[in-house]
Amino acid sequence: MNSLLLLIPVALGLGLLGLVAFVWSLKNNQYDDLDGAAQRILDDDDGPATDS
Amino acid sequence: MSCCGAPTIETGSGYSVVSGTAEENELLASSHKIGENLIQSDFVVPDMHCVACIRSLEKTIGKLPFVSRVRANLSLKKVSVVWHQGSGNIIGIDRAISEAGFDHSVFDLSTDSEDANANSANKLLIALAVAGFAAVNIMLLSISVWSGADLETTKLFHLISGIIAVPAVFFSGQPFFRSALAALRGRRLNMDVPISLAVLLALGMSVYESMAGGRQAYFDAAVTLLFFLLIGRYLDNLMRDKARSAVVQLSRLAVKGAMTVGEDSSLTYIELDEIVPGMIVRVMPGDRVPVDGEVIKGQSDVDRSLVSGESVPLMVKCGHFVEAGILNLTGAIDICVQRDARHSFLGEVTRMMEAAEQGRGNYTRIADRMARIYAPAVHLLAALAFVGWMLYTKGDWHVSIYVAISVLIITCPCALGLAVPVVHVIAARRLFKQGIIIRDGSGFERLEEIDYIIFDKTGTLTSGIPQVEVSARSAGLFDDNAAAIAKTLAKHSSHPFSKSIAEFIKGSTSSDVTEIREVPGAGVEGRVSGNLTRLGRRQWVAQITDDNPRNVDPNSALSFALEGGNSVMFETSEEIRKDSFETIAELKTTGIDIEILSGDGMNPVKNIADRLTVSDFYHSQTPADKIARINQLKQQGKKVLMAGDGLNDSPALAAAHVSIAPANASDIARQAADFVFTRQSLSAVPFAINIAKRSGNLVRQNFTLAILYNAIAIPFAVAGYITPLIAAIAMSASSIVVVTNSMRLNLDPGNQKKSKTGLSSGDDDSLVSVATDISNMDTNTKGHWA
Repeated sequence: MNSLLLLIPVALGLGLLGLVAFVWSLKNNQYDDLDGAAQRILDDDDGPATDS
Repeated sequence: MSCCGAPTIETGSGYSVVSGTAEENELLASSHKIGENLIQSDFVVPDMHCVACIRSLEKTIGKLPFVSRVRANLSLKKVSVVWHQGSGNIIGIDRAISEAGFDHSVFDLSTDSEDANANSANKLLIALAVAGFAAVNIMLLSISVWSGADLETTKLFHLISGIIAVPAVFFSGQPFFRSALAALRGRRLNMDVPISLAVLLALGMSVYESMAGGRQAYFDAAVTLLFFLLIGRYLDNLMRDKARSAVVQLSRLAVKGAMTVGEDSSLTYIELDEIVPGMIVRVMPGDRVPVDGEVIKGQSDVDRSLVSGESVPLMVKCGHFVEAGILNLTGAIDICVQRDARHSFLGEVTRMMEAAEQGRGNYTRIADRMARIYAPAVHLLAALAFVGWMLYTKGDWHVSIYVAISVLIITCPCALGLAVPVVHVIAARRLFKQGIIIRDGSGFERLEEIDYIIFDKTGTLTSGIPQVEVSARSAGLFDDNAAAIAKTLAKHSSHPFSKSIAEFIKGSTSSDVTEIREVPGAGVEGRVSGNLTRLGRRQWVAQITDDNPRNVDPNSALSFALEGGNSVMFETSEEIRKDSFETIAELKTTGIDIEILSGDGMNPVKNIADRLTVSDFYHSQTPADKIARINQLKQQGKKVLMAGDGLNDSPALAAAHVSIAPANASDIARQAADFVFTRQSLSAVPFAINIAKRSGNLVRQNFTLAILYNAIAIPFAVAGYITPLIAAIAMSASSIVVVTNSMRLNLDPGNQKKSKTGLSSGDDDSLVSVATDISNMDTNTKGHWA
């Protein structure tokens, strides 16, 4: 019983973390341009495309 | 009319300054402010394909000092630029994109609803994520309960489940609750009513049971149900979104305003809505005529393909009437406005289309038709189970309600909710790989039913691009030197004939031609070592030649000559679209009636109809005639598929049971059509019909499977044998069966069909090739072949 008291919050917490991470990435437009992201890794230039 | 001063209007340097303001106004009108002095402008760049394009766009624009942020989006083929107002101007950005070598148009942020769509998709996705999180965790807890936890643990687990489930259901279930509420308000029943009822009742009962310390709770059923249904809902939304973004990509800058000529011949830019009859509007080469009017100054060739469907340009001069939407090709013209924008040709067509579309809005999708029978049946059954158990147990309402709710849960149309969207998404994917874009899932259902096809001629059965050949009589005169000169001249003009000639003359190197200029309504002329040379209308070219009448081909309208020499005549013809013969033959064997309905004259239509062996054809049809013909067929009980491309076809496309348009169709035709095919081959039509028929079969199979499952499960539920465990298993099993069955649409490659229609050549699927197709068709449209 004691182990449950620890494990259930841990399990729920991890799941919640995943959910929050997903919602965060969605809200930050991480999924807006999947094709572009796939292509951009081929770009050698490390600097950002524009400053600021 | 006080017209006919100078034959042409100067388009010299003075104009470009003014043009800047017109352009700027138009560009600014479609941008929006995002902060103090910050403006966001989006540009559609259809030719963006790879990382190199992204780099060059972002670099070139990013170099501008007043630009604060630039981001290219490859999926949407869009570039967003955020810039400081005051320190720079939008024309600079526009130029920078051109400088980077990309065709583009501005993306109208002010009117487009894409943001709203993306928003709703994101909301669904978040709801899906929340439901998924809740479903997984509750299922974990439920499994330990089912495998025999002691009473204390069960109580605790139910409590935790409840804490997760209640907010999750209220958050994720909103799309269903809203839709159900809307349906009930309208005194209708849709699938969302039994769904919402089952979920809410299951949740309510479980909360009650856990409070009362019972051993049975349906938290997992309620949440899993939502999870599955949200998947279906999201897929449905995704498909519509994909199609929409493809269409948005193709949309080109429509006329939003015009340059008016004041009394002191100054030019002012005004918005389209503010143009009133009596004003004088200047239309530059390459622009579309904004409103109906009469030409009072200048002369030019115009592309009237939007109006008549005919791609061969006409010459207009003083006194000619021009309709809104036609494209001015070669010279600047001034027109005296006769009708304002709303009453112009474009406005009339739009109104006709809206009326026609409302008629089609009455179509009920198969899922809704199912719901009309299914939902009342389920509710009645649950009520009967309740009454039956009340009588049987002599008034034990606790047991009776329990049974009634388990009937609702077990019959909840989970599989039914997935039956249609999964099939449609897979079907849309298959079509997409063949370069066909579908705008709405119900298009499949309507396409499946058709038994009559109406084809437009120009641009649909024919490619719409004029084919040019040297006339047999003057073939001997056309040597390599002449070809090189003709090609150089042709390249100078954007007239469709010039383009065809430039394409026809292969291999020649360019020649040293000086002083090349385009003469509106006549052709192109230049000088070769001092001698005049002309390419264009036969009579105009003949002015500089010394022709032997025997060499003159009376049928030819185009010719080329050097001063003092003989004219080289060209013959023009229409090219029939690839695979038209096979397509027509194949459609005929499937028992579908075919006819041609064209705005073109008697002879060209008859010619094409004969070549394609189509016996029913109607010529010289106006948009209203086309609608009348479709309505007549409707009254005879025919389900009509309309295939057309021109603006003049748009009302008919909207009025027909279902419609398909090629990608080089006019914007409005593409908007009106249910399907858009991006490849040249007409075999897209039978291919789409074939896929629609197969997906229709699969949808019906799915419904049968789902109902079969219900038929088995309902007796158990009514008898009171359903436990949460059984409900969970049964529900997942039926959903998996339905999804697996839908996947069969992918498995069967339909080989037979492909070889018949010659689709094998275009089978190099992948989204890349579709992207290329899309950008190709955009350049096509840019080339005025619309």
